[in-house]
Amino acid sequence: MKPSKYLAAGVALAAAVLAGGALAQAKEQFIPANGYWVGPYAPGGSGFFGGMLDYFQLLNERDGGINGVKLTWEKCETEYNNARGVECYERLKAKGSTGATVIHPLSTGITYSLLEKAPADKIPLISMGYGRTDAADGRVFPYVFPLITTYWSQNTAKIKFIGMREGGMDKLKGKKIVNLYHDSAYGKETIPVLDAQAKKYGFTVTHIPVPHPGNEQQSQWLQIRQIRPDWVILRGWGVMNPTAIKAAQRVGFPRNKMLGVWWSGAEEDVIPAGDAAKGYIAAGFNLPGTSFPVVQAIMKNVYGKGKGEMEDRSRIGSIYYTRGLVAGIVTAEAIRTAQEKYGKGKPITGEQMRWGIENLNIDEKRLKELGAVGLMQPLKVTCMDHEGGGAVKFLQWDGAKWNVITDWIASDQSIVRPMIEESAAKYAKEKGITPRDCK
Amino acid sequence: MGGPVSFFFEVLFSGLLAGVMYSLVALGFVLIYKASGVFNFAQGAMVFFAALTFVSLVERGVNFWLAMAITLAVMIVLGVLTERVVLRPLINQPQITLFMATIGLAFFLEGLSQGIWGSQPHGLDIGIRDEPMEWLAERTGMFLSQFDLFAAAIAAVLVTVLALFFQRTRIGRALRAVADDHQAALAVGIPLKQIWAIVWAVAGFVALVAGLLWGARTGVQFALTFVALKALPVLILGGFESIAGAIVGGLIIGASEKLAEVYLGPYVGGGIESWFPYVLALAFLLIRPEGLFGEKHIDRV
Repeated sequence: MKPSKYLAAGVALAAAVLAGGALAQAKEQFIPANGYWVGPYAPGGSGFFGGMLDYFQLLNERDGGINGVKLTWEKCETEYNNARGVECYERLKAKGSTGATVIHPLSTGITYSLLEKAPADKIPLISMGYGRTDAADGRVFPYVFPLITTYWSQNTAKIKFIGMREGGMDKLKGKKIVNLYHDSAYGKETIPVLDAQAKKYGFTVTHIPVPHPGNEQQSQWLQIRQIRPDWVILRGWGVMNPTAIKAAQRVGFPRNKMLGVWWSGAEEDVIPAGDAAKGYIAAGFNLPGTSFPVVQAIMKNVYGKGKGEMEDRSRIGSIYYTRGLVAGIVTAEAIRTAQEKYGKGKPITGEQMRWGIENLNIDEKRLKELGAVGLMQPLKVTCMDHEGGGAVKFLQWDGAKWNVITDWIASDQSIVRPMIEESAAKYAKEKGITPRDCK
Repeated sequence: MGGPVSFFFEVLFSGLLAGVMYSLVALGFVLIYKASGVFNFAQGAMVFFAALTFVSLVERGVNFWLAMAITLAVMIVLGVLTERVVLRPLINQPQITLFMATIGLAFFLEGLSQGIWGSQPHGLDIGIRDEPMEWLAERTGMFLSQFDLFAAAIAAVLVTVLALFFQRTRIGRALRAVADDHQAALAVGIPLKQIWAIVWAVAGFVALVAGLLWGARTGVQFALTFVALKALPVLILGGFESIAGAIVGGLIIGASEKLAEVYLGPYVGGGIESWFPYVLALAFLLIRPEGLFGEKHIDRV
């Protein structure tokens, strides 16, 4: 071969490689994994993102991505810190061929910090089970999706659960409930909805704050002993949870009358409390377990190939892990929905993803196809309703594992929705936002 | 249940007993401060590191006492290494430099602990039930935990041993000289390096004890590093150089924060015990800047 021919062949090869590279790049969907794997909240972050990324990996390994579009991601450590959360967002928002598809901040604080930035960049935020409750009003918050169940919805389901345990909602009259909450924006979020329900059902509610980090709660529990409540709602986070359970034991308060929020209801919240946690009840919008076909598929296609996020495999199937799995399913299904409209097999933009999430419809049939029946509730999102689910199950810790003790309990939207709309309208007025017309 | 008087005493006693738990952490700070005049920012990280190492060994099937011995050995090695790698190059440097070095050490230890043992929380059972004592509850209506009394007994033993160590041994006397002036201490032949290594090792032991007691209560997890926050007002109040001060300061802080939270908290929205001890300590500083038992320094001008 003459030198010129070598050159021509080289150029052709380079062109082919470049074209192939461009093609490969064009066939990728980038999702930032802005989470936390170190620090005080690492158990939550590592479990959640472990589940989510394992699901993405499953789709890549088993199905070759979503309609041929491979999912890619990059991790950025936020340490659950607002400033770092924003930094990670800025760093990764323009990555990938179409930019960041969606952000899961996994922090109410970071969600608040991105509330105006993300819509400006046309990147949707999914705050699944946390964040700003009134963002469920899609007319005011087109780019924010507090999917599946908001704090307020969950809270009404909790009161329904207490009503069931007491023998009917009418039996709530005269009952005493303590709301033991983390003294932060997250902790205070449910005070208005609890007050509204206390008024409606005639029970009294006492709100007792626990200062951060919550590793000493003797005075709060002494007050609780004085009040002698029928139920204690635990709205904790991190070390506050096992400390509360232990402190309940110290003052002799029965653990089966303690009702935790879903951020107080993971294995990591009860194992450190040891035997004291036996009988403790918590809410959940995702269920733990390894028997779901989707988990089995991950074991086979991801861990079976030596891949997978969880170093400690015993955590696969834990509450945080399956919550991440649900996040993965919701994200992937929204991408699939968006592709149906904007072109199958094509990477979508953040703006298109927003449409995809808003038109998400995961029914029982689809859950079965996904191998996720029982893992999560069916989900139908609309322009008006960015929550889409609203039901809660309750789980009880037996000292070794969580046992599901109820069916899905629907939230009381007659209380929640007007409060959401009122709060969202106030926000819209403050920010000068003209709500969209969803009709 | 008893009446308001009984409840008052219950709050007071649980406050005092909580204070003992704060004192246990504060002791570690005092040891280092006495030896080097430095506020050891890494004390919280040492508590975490010690407890996590211990519980991880136990979970891997190591016998309780053997795990204790191994962890103690690890803490001694850590103390010696800290002296060699971090402190020795900084002899005669301003105290703020040493303080900054301990900040670095804190980050290093936090990362090392999680790097080796992972970031999952662990339950820790040291065999003492954290439940109210029934006989006391029946007679007085007060719910006090036997775990708290156990912690108080441990603290008493620890303080006695440390007090004897510092007052009856040459090392103890050498310590104060070192704290006053590194150079002068070196000049009169005090082996500064050994003293520092010993004190850091002893502080490691105290961190292990504090870590076990706090870990048994809250679980062994990263948040153990935050217990240092509870010790700071204790130190301000009791004085950075006094073991007795750490104990008395702890008792005062513990009792007053609980009483304030229970009796003042409801009027101001609650959750005041995170900042109340600092306000109290600050008020105390205005009256006695060196703390209750701190040494008054008179400098020549």
